[in-house]
Amino acid sequence: MSTAATGTPAGPTASKATPPANRGGAGHAVASRLRDVGFWADWAALVGLIVLVAVFTALEPSFLSSGNVTGMLSASAALVILAVAQTFVVATAGIDLSIASVTTLGIVVLGQLYAGGQSLGVAFAGAVLAGLLAGLLNGFLVAKAGITDFVVTLGMLSAASGLALVLSDGQPVTVTESFFFDISLDGPVEMVTWIVVIAAVIAVVAHVVLFHTRFGTHVLATGGSPEAATATGISTARVKVAVYAVAGLLAGIAAIIIVARLGSTPPAANTAYLLNSVAAVVLGGVSLFGGKASILGPVFGALLLTVLLNGLTTLGVSQYYQPLSVGVVVVAAAFLMRFQK
Amino acid sequence: MNALEKKTAAGPIVEARNVSLSFGSVKALQDVSVTVAPGEITALVGDNGAGKSTLVRCFSGVHRPQSGEVLLDGRPVAFSSPEAARSAGIETVHQNLALVEDLTVWQNLFLNRELTRFGMLDRRRMKAEAQKMVSELAVNVPEVTSRVRRLSGGQRQAVSICRAAGFSSRLVIMDEPTAALGVQETARVEELILRLRDEGHAVLLISHNFDQVVRLSQQVWVMRAGRCVAGRRTDATTGQEIVGLITGAIAA
Ligand SMILES: Nc1ncnc2c1ncn2[C@@H]1O[C@H](COP(=O)(O)OP(=O)(O)OP(=O)(O)O)[C@@H](O)[C@H]1O
Ligand SMILES: [Mg+2]
Repeated sequence: MSTAATGTPAGPTASKATPPANRGGAGHAVASRLRDVGFWADWAALVGLIVLVAVFTALEPSFLSSGNVTGMLSASAALVILAVAQTFVVATAGIDLSIASVTTLGIVVLGQLYAGGQSLGVAFAGAVLAGLLAGLLNGFLVAKAGITDFVVTLGMLSAASGLALVLSDGQPVTVTESFFFDISLDGPVEMVTWIVVIAAVIAVVAHVVLFHTRFGTHVLATGGSPEAATATGISTARVKVAVYAVAGLLAGIAAIIIVARLGSTPPAANTAYLLNSVAAVVLGGVSLFGGKASILGPVFGALLLTVLLNGLTTLGVSQYYQPLSVGVVVVAAAFLMRFQK
Repeated sequence: MNALEKKTAAGPIVEARNVSLSFGSVKALQDVSVTVAPGEITALVGDNGAGKSTLVRCFSGVHRPQSGEVLLDGRPVAFSSPEAARSAGIETVHQNLALVEDLTVWQNLFLNRELTRFGMLDRRRMKAEAQKMVSELAVNVPEVTSRVRRLSGGQRQAVSICRAAGFSSRLVIMDEPTAALGVQETARVEELILRLRDEGHAVLLISHNFDQVVRLSQQVWVMRAGRCVAGRRTDATTGQEIVGLITGAIAA
């Protein structure tokens, strides 16, 4: 749509280039959008989600039963939160490899505080604080000490999961609290549990922060062009510390949700959360080079992955095929991203 | 921003006094002293690598001189960041176009100067004001909602200039603002530069176009290999003399 770029003298009104697609009426516009491969790249996660749901339902009608939908949504809650967390980091052209380990650290801190007789509130606060501190440390090492994000968070991956094992002595703590049943089994409406509501609220807040606050704009600018951001006076170091801190904080919240669903605090890191959070971000059309992000995309990405794993299980496909299928889907999505606008 | 209040009568707005700066073994600036007078267009000329961009980056808070000082209204200042220089009323159009490609025109225009309402971005007002800023420049700029990635080189330049001119700046530094522009765009930018001066901004202009320098400026500083070798009032010099000073054919 760069008709205004051809150097013909044009006033401010004439320079408002109209995309040619709009002239042929709505139907024409829709058709041309559907032919545009960039459109599919932008909405890959949603389209993939719909296709998967359709295929699984066709193969196994009970796939869309209320029980299974409830289960899938609840199972996706933690991943949605972690995908949102990863999105903030990736938007600054960074990556947080420690996200699953920090979640586990949060889980263990929660468990140890609970086992030590603390109230649930204190245990929750401890989990969130542990995540926040780990994230802040990541951020300071990346932004202020100038160590590559990859190395810093790889170190934190190891350190946090090690610390989780030390603190828990490798033992899970059983947390039987009716509150957990209330939030992981009940909800405001049919099929939507409270933990799904929490994840949805976090996604909405994240969207508002990213697209409707100065901080969000500075996050995108830091990822898009650190030089330009710096030249306008943005402190890219501060932005980076903030996004890793946000990621850690959200990992702490995800820890609470995982414990609520499991009723116990497994001390070993679930690395699937790391791979799947990055996968959800890629599926959601977020550029790993930074500067381009969305919250809705990674949320759909997280849902897609959950549906994929659940569907394969429902169809009786061996567990061993699951990582393989995730890998194929993610690489296919990444391929599609090359056509992104 | 109390930048516009304290306008001293005669002295330079900004001055570099004996500024030196090296990048490793490269002596980018050696003992450079220049002044920028209020209400004037000051030109900075010199061959590639002479140190022009490095010098103006000392004014815009990107670099800090290793020795010597930068003075603002006659008082030494040490800008700790580009933000500090911007708050002091110094806006810069950088040579490498400090725009974020994946953000829209209006987002770039208001980058780090975002308007907010109740803590949230006031997108509507920013878009409206961006449209006003852009249409005043009257260069072919597409809608302010388009991403910078889709703009031509000249259009990007226009956006950069808009941003620098937009925020009641006292000094607008332009590092080769017309280098990438066509004939019409160049003419418009030159008009804009003159208008900025007439509105009371000081302008520091880096250009390799000597006709342009002679046409627009009141003062010319010539740099060669990291040194400021000469300063002339524009009406007391010629294009040939400037060329001679740049190449060293004429001793300063
Ligand atoms: N960030 C940097 N790191 C190392 N060397 C640099 C840096 N910036 C500039 N230089 C060096 O300093 C010298 C002056 O560069 P500068 O960009 O100021 O030149 P210039 O006069 O603006 O040239 P041009 O007309 O080509 O833009 C050059 O030798 C350049 O290689
Ligand atoms: Mg230069």
